Amino acid sequence: MAQPRADAPSKIILEGSDLHRVVDRIAHQILEKTSGATGTVLLGIPTRGVPLAHRLAARIHAFEGVEVPVGSLDITLYRDDLRLKATRALGKTELPSGGIDGLRVILVDDVLFSGRSVRAALDALQDLGRPSSVQLAVLVDRGHRQLPIRADYVGKNIPTALSESVKVALTEIDGADEVRLIGGLK
Amino acid sequence: MIKHLRSAADLDAATATLILDTAGEMASLSGREVKKLPALRGRTVVNLFYEDSTRTRISFEAAAKRLSADVINFSAKGSSVSKGESLKDTALTLQAMGADAVVIRHGASGAPHRLAEWVDGSVVNAGDGTHEHPTQALLDAYTMRSRLGRLDGLRVAIVGDVLHSRVARSNVLLLTTLGAQVTVVGPPTLVPLDLAAALSEKTQISYDLDAVLPDSDVVMMLRVQTERMQDSYFPSAREYSRRYGLDMRRLQKMPDHAIVMHPGPMNRGMEIAPEVADSPRSTIVEQVANGVSVRMAVLYLLLGGK
Repeated sequence: MAQPRADAPSKIILEGSDLHRVVDRIAHQILEKTSGATGTVLLGIPTRGVPLAHRLAARIHAFEGVEVPVGSLDITLYRDDLRLKATRALGKTELPSGGIDGLRVILVDDVLFSGRSVRAALDALQDLGRPSSVQLAVLVDRGHRQLPIRADYVGKNIPTALSESVKVALTEIDGADEVRLIGGLK
Repeated sequence: MIKHLRSAADLDAATATLILDTAGEMASLSGREVKKLPALRGRTVVNLFYEDSTRTRISFEAAAKRLSADVINFSAKGSSVSKGESLKDTALTLQAMGADAVVIRHGASGAPHRLAEWVDGSVVNAGDGTHEHPTQALLDAYTMRSRLGRLDGLRVAIVGDVLHSRVARSNVLLLTTLGAQVTVVGPPTLVPLDLAAALSEKTQISYDLDAVLPDSDVVMMLRVQTERMQDSYFPSAREYSRRYGLDMRRLQKMPDHAIVMHPGPMNRGMEIAPEVADSPRSTIVEQVANGVSVRMAVLYLLLGGK
């Protein structure tokens, strides 16, 4: 997929406290839909899904005092486009000490796009154990799915053109909280 | 990323560190119930072994299989090689079969370099003559880093038959690249002056093991390769063992944190005393386990991408 040029025009979609509110809302929705987030594990997909998962767990704890275990799930070795690009470095896979068997796993990622990352995550999960169910939480859904996959929790729907890209920055990694739409604007 | 791994000199510090980091991730994945990963599905890895080997061949085979590659094992015994087929013709056969990677062990130094000219796939040197054995050096470096936490500034003594040792050669090159301070130790007949200098200007030479031990974080004992010795390099096995063998008495001279390594197979009682080999300071079994993770990392990084 063509990436917009570095100097392409860009627009900020979410920023600072707006982004925090969106995370708060997802945390509330998780609590609501899972009846208090018991028997639930949050697994972030590196890179930016991991700090998002930690934030969601922290907010859930702040709202209802529930400790939700957090882990990370690297999908690199399960990607279907490994051969199309230069070799990728691996991320971390760390499951919470309680594992995932029989629990509700909520996958957390920053942007939902083609759905291929989620497909890879489902395959990776299957090799790690047998969750009772799997849900998906994303900060941004930008459309253009190529697989029959949908998110259970969406922070913000951003209609995009294929020529545009969505860039999520998080304080833990990038030094600031921001969602930016790049390219395609006049 | 590089295409072939023929020599430890192919690796700069960044690439070597990437391999070690990737091996760390591979190691953490190997603890789980389903050890197979789909990254190299549909790729073919040929193990082309002209010399006997247990751990290296099994290790490469396990690594390729855990990454879901198809593995073809070829050993010279019982193949057309015993009918006189040349390395080139064998290479062309592998090429026609569509091998994505060829892991080669050969008695002739430089065989992997020649092979790389004949096949399109990646070539991984699994030991060529007395030249190099880069994945052994990588797994040794990985073991040192996981036991001692770093490589930069580490003082490593490589002891014994340096002349015939491909393990020593690759280790000197790799460890120096990664910032370790290497001293090669052995009888003058087995540690030629020009050899260590040719390997790396930073490498030191010593003929006195007892003097080196107190200042070493890692002591790597090399196997005395009797099968490669046509001449007599030392008067007797007993004398070699007395001067350059690592026994409990010498182990006491090492710093408390220092570790003992051996690439295997060991001559127990010759270069290493059995009680040293089996002591908690020895990483010999760990090295074998780490070998699979390191070779997974190498195969993934060579074959995983475009």
